[in-house]
Amino acid sequence: MKTTQMNKNSLEYAIRYGFIVLLAGLALFFSFYANGFASPRSAVFIFQSVAITGILALGVTCTLVVGGFDLSIGSVATSSLMLSAYSMVVLEQSAFVAVALCLVMGAVVGLINGLLIVKMKVPDLLATLGMMFLLIGLQRIPTQGNSVATGMSLSDGSVADGVFSEAFLWLGRHRFDLFLDRLLPVPVVIFLAIALIIWLFLGFTRHGRLMYAIGSNERAASLVGTNVQRYKIAAYMISGVLASIGGILLAARLGRGDIASGNNLLLDSVAAALIGFAVLGAARPNAFGTAAGALFVGILLQGLTMMNAPYYMQDFVKGAVLVAALVFTFYLSSRRGGRRNA
Amino acid sequence: MVGGKVAKITCKINGLEKSFGRNHVLRGIDLELRAGEVTALMGANGAGKSTLVKVLCGYHFADAGKIEFAGQPFAPIDAADAISKGVVTVHQSIDDGVIPDLDVATNLTLDRLTEPGASLFVNDRKLRQRAEEVAASMGLHMDVRARVADLDVADRQMIAIARAMARSPQLLILDEPTSSLSASEAERLFSLIDRLRADGVAILYISHRMSDLRRVADRIVSMRDGAISGIFEGETLDYVGAVNAMLGHQMTEVDIEPVSGGETILEARELKLFEHSDPISFSAREGEVIAFTGLLGSGTTELAEIVFGLAEAAGGELFLDAKPYHPANASQAVDMGVFMSPKDRGSNAVIGDFDIANNMTLPFLKAFSTFSFLSERAQRRAANDMISKIGVKCESDRDGIDTLSGGNQQKVMIGRWLLKASRVLLLDEPFQGVDIGARRDIGRYIRETSAGRTTLVFVAEIDEALEIADRIIVLNEAAIAGEYRNKDIDLNGLVADVSGRVREPLHEEAGASSGHRAATPAEAG
Repeated sequence: MKTTQMNKNSLEYAIRYGFIVLLAGLALFFSFYANGFASPRSAVFIFQSVAITGILALGVTCTLVVGGFDLSIGSVATSSLMLSAYSMVVLEQSAFVAVALCLVMGAVVGLINGLLIVKMKVPDLLATLGMMFLLIGLQRIPTQGNSVATGMSLSDGSVADGVFSEAFLWLGRHRFDLFLDRLLPVPVVIFLAIALIIWLFLGFTRHGRLMYAIGSNERAASLVGTNVQRYKIAAYMISGVLASIGGILLAARLGRGDIASGNNLLLDSVAAALIGFAVLGAARPNAFGTAAGALFVGILLQGLTMMNAPYYMQDFVKGAVLVAALVFTFYLSSRRGGRRNA
Repeated sequence: MVGGKVAKITCKINGLEKSFGRNHVLRGIDLELRAGEVTALMGANGAGKSTLVKVLCGYHFADAGKIEFAGQPFAPIDAADAISKGVVTVHQSIDDGVIPDLDVATNLTLDRLTEPGASLFVNDRKLRQRAEEVAASMGLHMDVRARVADLDVADRQMIAIARAMARSPQLLILDEPTSSLSASEAERLFSLIDRLRADGVAILYISHRMSDLRRVADRIVSMRDGAISGIFEGETLDYVGAVNAMLGHQMTEVDIEPVSGGETILEARELKLFEHSDPISFSAREGEVIAFTGLLGSGTTELAEIVFGLAEAAGGELFLDAKPYHPANASQAVDMGVFMSPKDRGSNAVIGDFDIANNMTLPFLKAFSTFSFLSERAQRRAANDMISKIGVKCESDRDGIDTLSGGNQQKVMIGRWLLKASRVLLLDEPFQGVDIGARRDIGRYIRETSAGRTTLVFVAEIDEALEIADRIIVLNEAAIAGEYRNKDIDLNGLVADVSGRVREPLHEEAGASSGHRAATPAEAG
């Protein structure tokens, strides 16, 4: 009897801290075996590599919290990338206009997603899948499927004269001084700020609490007077806006409207959000877990790269981590209930 | 081992024990279940009924003791194994037993599809033929092509049982099978049970409903604190004794001194619940508890939904504090101080992922937050306060809601709406799946706090209405059939009102069985 109790306690600890311990162990391992891994520059590089994915993942986390899913985030991000490039290079607008256009686009896409799901009763996966296709197509129409760069020829024969404004590129390329010169890139700061905001919002505000309630039992939430539809739409709008921010940062880093960038964004960010389920034994979507999940993947890839693992290992490693995290979340947590088959 | 010439023993349980952690749930159960006999199992929530059932149907392993089934040692490794050995269980939640999107024929023959050696292609004509045979053998008359989701609750229940019977079990376990059936629907189930009993099936019937037990039970087994506390059999069953054995103390009538209340808070004028129903009018006064009672479909739920803004009345008007009251949705109703604890807490009220404190404070998160940021301390303080007032049995307010028994969950769900003062408190079936102990606690606390608001309780069982109300309004076919002050009530008259008196043959049938049901409190008291 005593041993079962102890087993149960150790299982509880394994579920709660397993992933964090793994993360720390991994960092330690690479510090010893990968030369140069344990340096501020390398740490910042990891953050930079996961910043955009992480921002998207935080958005998808919000939709997961209300029991939904947003497949359109990757295409919203690439649309935002193309839109900002197009507005600056072809329409010759300022950085401010470009950013504003992208944010509005993200919010509108989120609103449409939400309305499709809430009002038209289209299942979330299907509605956002449809939106994904629609955006992938739409973003190519204005440029006839070409990437956007200064000097490209337009359909009317003229040449696009606009350039990416300095202020816009600052968003993707500037680095703040922190102890070391030019250490902290803007996207990392934005990622951390958004992570903090979403963490506070989901975990500590009544709106976040009601969103979790909707995800757990939508009908019960509405019967206590929650406006379920409005919260669901809000979740998709948050997701859309965050995805468009991700696209803006990507455009600012690349400095051109590259049609082929961002192919991996959807899968990577969904993976980060799902890995987040396993962090601290939450067994549900949460902002801290999502950020930790994104970092986990970043550390793993950075470490492996520095140990000269080939690039084509990357997706395999991500997949393995995801599967392990899902086992953590679903199998171990179901055992926690003490049920034999559930 | 044969225990007598009366009947063959189908299942013999000896010294069965089961613990979950430190919680000793079954403390040595000895029980025999005989062929062709309905054994009713009674017990308060937490007495160990469901654990016993789960051991029998292979969901849990026993820690100690043995089970003998049809003369063989019986230790199922999982649910499928138990079924193949002849123990079939119909669980409380009907939809576990049927696949709603498929038609009746497929539902009835589904198990054939998983049998080894089943052919690859499904022959629809054969399938329907086979299904019709099964249905006929059960005395069911329905179109086997109908989609199960389109059928009513009773038919779905029948199909779940028919599916169970297709495996020709020797022991059939029914867990609260009538909890969502109306009186006439329940009667269909009972006649089916009669037939199975005649065929020599041993039946273990779990229910809180006295009227069910009167109708089907051959013997009653009471459980308390994980042990059998009484077995009652013979020509006339001692129901009061069985209830006492289950509760462990003499069941006392709740003594209510009805109050007539102060000023009118909620008034209905010529309110029509349905397009073609008679209008109803009533005034609910401050400090008063009114019970609306009636058979399933009599309009009690519709009335609750209209007052809470979930449905629209077909005509007439509502007044709250003498002002016209037309809530468009639940959130408007809550803002105006009209609160409702809905029925079916599992699907309508409980947030499974939350702990007690967060479940309780859910409607009033705004009051527990500043600039939208929640104050966890204030939430927990309010929850702990309510936990001790309404008597929730738990370790702390951080316990997951799923760890509580049904009665304690319901206390949390009702306590939720007592955190803040209301003008109108609506309680739809507040005693659903709640043991008698918790039921008394809830009723007592509702009456204690009734000042300052008017309380409307919607219950199908008359004894529940008698336990809580100052005034009882009987609905029949969405019209008021009678109104009683809860003092020295003429129960026969009340029962006659519930059943709609003897007007049409249809009602006569419903009246007969509901009269049966309603007679309970008078006799038990």
